[in-house]
Amino acid sequence: MGGLQKKKYERGSATNYITRNKARKKLQLSLADFRRLCILKGIYPHEPKHKKKVNKGSTAPRTFYLLKDIRFLLHEPIVRKFREYKVFVRKLRKAYGKAEWTAVERLRDNKPGYKLDHIIKERYPTFIDALRDIDDALSMCFLFSTFARTGKCHVQTITLCRRLTVEWMNYVVTSRSLRKVFISIKGIYYQAEVLGQLITWLVPYQFAHDHPTDVDYRVMATFTEMYTTLFGFINFRLYQTLNLVYPPKVTQHEKLNRWVSCSLQKLSALSASLARVVATAEEEEENQLDQFPADGEDLENMEAREKEQKEQEAQNRLFEGLKFFLNREVPRESLAFILRCFGAEVSWDKSLCIGGTYNVTDETITHQIVDRPDIDKQYINRYYIQPQWVFDSVNAKMRLPVEDYFLGVTLPPHLSPFVEEKDGDYVPPEKLKLMALQRGEKHEEEEDDDDDDDDEEYNDEVDDEDLTEEKNLKKMEDQRSQGKTLAVKVTPGKVKPWETGSVGNKVRLEKEEKAEEKRLAIMMMKKKEKYLYDKIMFGKKRTTREVSEHLRKIHSGSSFLLLLVL
Amino acid sequence: PLFIPLAQSDMKDYKHLDIRNTVGNVPMEWYQDYPHIGYNLDGKKIFKPIRNKDELDEFLDKMENPDYWRTVHDKTTASDIRLTDEQVDLVHRLQKGQFGDVNFNEYEPSVDFFTNEVMIHPVTNRPQDKRSFIPSLIEKEKVSKLVHAIKMGWIKPRKPKETTPQYYDLWAKEDPNAILGRHKMHVPAPKMRLPGHEESYNPPPEYLLTEEERLVWEQQDAEDRKLPFLPQKHSCLRAVPAFSRFIHERFERCLDLYLCPRQRKMRVNVNPEDLIPKLPKPKDLQPFPTTMSLVYRGHTSLVRSISASPTGQWLVSGSDDFTVRFWEVNTGRCMKTLEVGGAVKSVAWNPNPAVCLVAVCFERTVLLLNPSLGDRLVVSSTDQLITAYEPPEEDKEQAVTWALSEGLEHNMGHRLTLTHPKAVKQVVWHGKGDYLSSVMPDNSSNLQVLIHQVSKRRTQNPFRKNKGLVQCVSFHPLRPYFFVATQRYVRVYNLIKQELTKKLMTNCKWISSMAIHPGGDNLICGSYDCRLAWFDLDLSTKPYKMLRHHKKALRGVAYHRNYPLFASGADDGSVIVCHGMVYNDLLQNPLIVPVKVLKGHQITHDLGVLDVTFHPTQPWVFSSGADTTIRLFT
Repeated sequence: MGGLQKKKYERGSATNYITRNKARKKLQLSLADFRRLCILKGIYPHEPKHKKKVNKGSTAPRTFYLLKDIRFLLHEPIVRKFREYKVFVRKLRKAYGKAEWTAVERLRDNKPGYKLDHIIKERYPTFIDALRDIDDALSMCFLFSTFARTGKCHVQTITLCRRLTVEWMNYVVTSRSLRKVFISIKGIYYQAEVLGQLITWLVPYQFAHDHPTDVDYRVMATFTEMYTTLFGFINFRLYQTLNLVYPPKVTQHEKLNRWVSCSLQKLSALSASLARVVATAEEEEENQLDQFPADGEDLENMEAREKEQKEQEAQNRLFEGLKFFLNREVPRESLAFILRCFGAEVSWDKSLCIGGTYNVTDETITHQIVDRPDIDKQYINRYYIQPQWVFDSVNAKMRLPVEDYFLGVTLPPHLSPFVEEKDGDYVPPEKLKLMALQRGEKHEEEEDDDDDDDDEEYNDEVDDEDLTEEKNLKKMEDQRSQGKTLAVKVTPGKVKPWETGSVGNKVRLEKEEKAEEKRLAIMMMKKKEKYLYDKIMFGKKRTTREVSEHLRKIHSGSSFLLLLVL
Repeated sequence: PLFIPLAQSDMKDYKHLDIRNTVGNVPMEWYQDYPHIGYNLDGKKIFKPIRNKDELDEFLDKMENPDYWRTVHDKTTASDIRLTDEQVDLVHRLQKGQFGDVNFNEYEPSVDFFTNEVMIHPVTNRPQDKRSFIPSLIEKEKVSKLVHAIKMGWIKPRKPKETTPQYYDLWAKEDPNAILGRHKMHVPAPKMRLPGHEESYNPPPEYLLTEEERLVWEQQDAEDRKLPFLPQKHSCLRAVPAFSRFIHERFERCLDLYLCPRQRKMRVNVNPEDLIPKLPKPKDLQPFPTTMSLVYRGHTSLVRSISASPTGQWLVSGSDDFTVRFWEVNTGRCMKTLEVGGAVKSVAWNPNPAVCLVAVCFERTVLLLNPSLGDRLVVSSTDQLITAYEPPEEDKEQAVTWALSEGLEHNMGHRLTLTHPKAVKQVVWHGKGDYLSSVMPDNSSNLQVLIHQVSKRRTQNPFRKNKGLVQCVSFHPLRPYFFVATQRYVRVYNLIKQELTKKLMTNCKWISSMAIHPGGDNLICGSYDCRLAWFDLDLSTKPYKMLRHHKKALRGVAYHRNYPLFASGADDGSVIVCHGMVYNDLLQNPLIVPVKVLKGHQITHDLGVLDVTFHPTQPWVFSSGADTTIRLFT
């Protein structure tokens, strides 16, 4: 057959991808603008399945974008805004150079700006999509809200981030959707369940940041720009779902209103409830699950769901009826946030922050959270506990016994609530204890040694015996070769123990046979499958090794402890 | 040169003693060779002083003359001039940077040339332009335009810019179907990993790193570390410091989000047990050797080659200690030891049970031995066979010299000695026992393989061309085929037609050994790159199966004569016995199953098993190793 010869790389996957530089040229943007555009529009490189084909036969490392993505960027109105901004900067510079100050002012007034609303709508067509992707936005905004106003980014950004995060926290408090909390060395992790989505975010500790020099703040600022827009819209929508006024307002709280007029400060105190759009809407949102006639599996599912719901409700009322007082040294915001999320009343010292509703001297306080070794004046009718109690209780979904968390007591380890152990994984003994506690068992003083050592299974007796036999043979041979005078002699042989047929040996023999069979079968595996198999087995071995490592550490530690006790 | 303006008084002195030189500004060296140094105003020569001052004069002058410091030598007149007080003063003032004239006043009051006061008479008297007091029409037009625009509402006052962003219900009219096509290819970014126990501010003690682990952690590169941070324990929340890499981590996450290429990866969720192929149980494939029963000791160096007698009663072995030993198989007794003149490379027992001959090769010699073991009739008939030879009438030039042994050597068992032109590596018998072939590997000549006929004492070189370094050769057990293994290929020649019938691609880098199934249908090739290639000769020239059972280079392979077994020995010290069943039904695939890994040989100098061979009748396998032993597995 005749026809034109097919050229290479003119069809197939090579035409679906475009390199970064080509994309940039196509869009006529500088690299910085291209990056900004990619961040805002959520365009990311794709790894082609056959890189060499896409790379036209070369193996040079290149980043590829989908050609469709880049085409889609061509029609983006923001690109024009970028160009306008470029022109604006040029004009401004010229005006500066000529010292035409009126022109500078005029230009400044007409500084081109852009909105990201349509991009957000386009990237997240539904609200749930947006909510699913809010983790990073939250962490970023919480980080930016802790920045000092020193010029690493615009002050407006910082205040906006602060405002949005405070709004978010107020929403979580009002909707009581916090699920898990974790104090890590990086900061405090929170996990909330909002409209069925698990959202996790990390809040750094309240310290001044030591700004690193190798971080490009422009990239972070671009992300924050996008995130704040997204976050604002999400907050709006969330407040709407709860019938709350947005921007939020605190309800008539005369004391507070007297102190400050700034609503942000009032909000950030987290002590007051929010104003609602419909005043009659009471806090009665326990929508009962309707009973559907169901059978078999559905019924079981239904029951499980019901049980879960009940547990959830119980957790939401974890601290209800308790009155907390925060000492000066504990992180006020995070504790107030958590405690309010679970229905407690919180207050703090007047000097610490506005919004404290009662004093230390209040007799009705049930718990005082203290993070110092000792306190001078103690009231008899309240518990003095360390802040970890709050976190651990939230994670355990129950009020843990306070004895372990009293002042000056060495705290029990703080475990991560995010770890879900599969069988075979290592479970720390504290977690086992906690699980027993949750099941309702009594707190046992003596912990039984539950970690039985079954990792010393491998004893190579078989090989040993083979070896000894070999040795005997060799000895005999040696004797024979050395002294020819040695009379030929038959030594009585021993019957091998496993051949006598005792039950244990039979079992062992069978086991060995199985193992041998397996080994031989593994030899016959195909190369590809062997590779996969080896990989899986490597992973398994690693986990068992880790478990045994942990056990070893525990054993060495416990023996040390025993010595101390003795 | 310093020009000193002469004062009036000096001029008077010069009037009466005017010896000014008139030569002008010319170098005085030009007058070096003359008695004069120029001319005075009168045109008379000015003569040089009779005696020039030398260093001593200079010094004396300096010491004695009180006016020395103010004396200047005038080169043009060759005379010393004493400066007057005024002149000295002038010099001093010039050195200080003052004016030369004493009377010059540098701070005279300035006189304003232009005044700031308005004069009654202007400098120019032009009348003012008319346009300076008539209202501008252009401006009027402009203003009226602006006014009109304002009236019409075209121009509005500038609104103050909104700094706070406005939020509204963006998803008020959300349409889940309005998903762009792009989103089909969308790969959502994975969420951040959730923290484990080790990240806690107060982790259980087993999650903390020990001192050594911490050191290791610190020395590792950031990418190699299993944990990106050091687990730490703080006694209370108050003591927890800020995390120094917080901003870094957030930034890295940002970079990941927009720079990292994304790819959907399928997570394989397989039970590893399912990956293991289901094989027939080795138990059902018995008999095959399972245990080591006998060790034949006696050699003092590595045993290169072994061969069993066709009856299965005897075993011959050749070793690097220059000996050939004959063993009784069932007892392990060494029946005979023969010293030969070199390291034995290969031994081969004549497969014909009616002939008792053993071929031994060392250095450049192939020795045919009669071990005189077993049936006396056979032994004597063998001797007869050899002595019955009648030399042909015309002597042909042969590549090999045949020599009959006599005397002492004859008593030792030597019968025939074939001296080759080059070192011999391998000898192989034909199934009938009359022909044998020897291999002399040499990359550069066509004389690598020779075929000898014992009864006629004839030798021929079957190949005219060199096709590569020959590794080993073998006769087809039934048909007149000859197999030659070079480094990567096995060539099959038809000896009658004298042509190449087949060329087998082994896919190996370097073949070490080869064995042919007694039926002649299959062939196995061991290679130094740890593979064993199993060929079906009827099927294809490519291996039907590649077995990678050994961890190290294969040294020897063997087929059993009756049972469907083959064995391979390798440098890892193990012998692997495989069941290789070929069915007569062509639709059924051959069954190749490893049935036993036999271990026993120690690895010495990185060498393990060097040769394997099967017992001719029993399912037993012999192996010889670098640890100087021969082992029998039954």
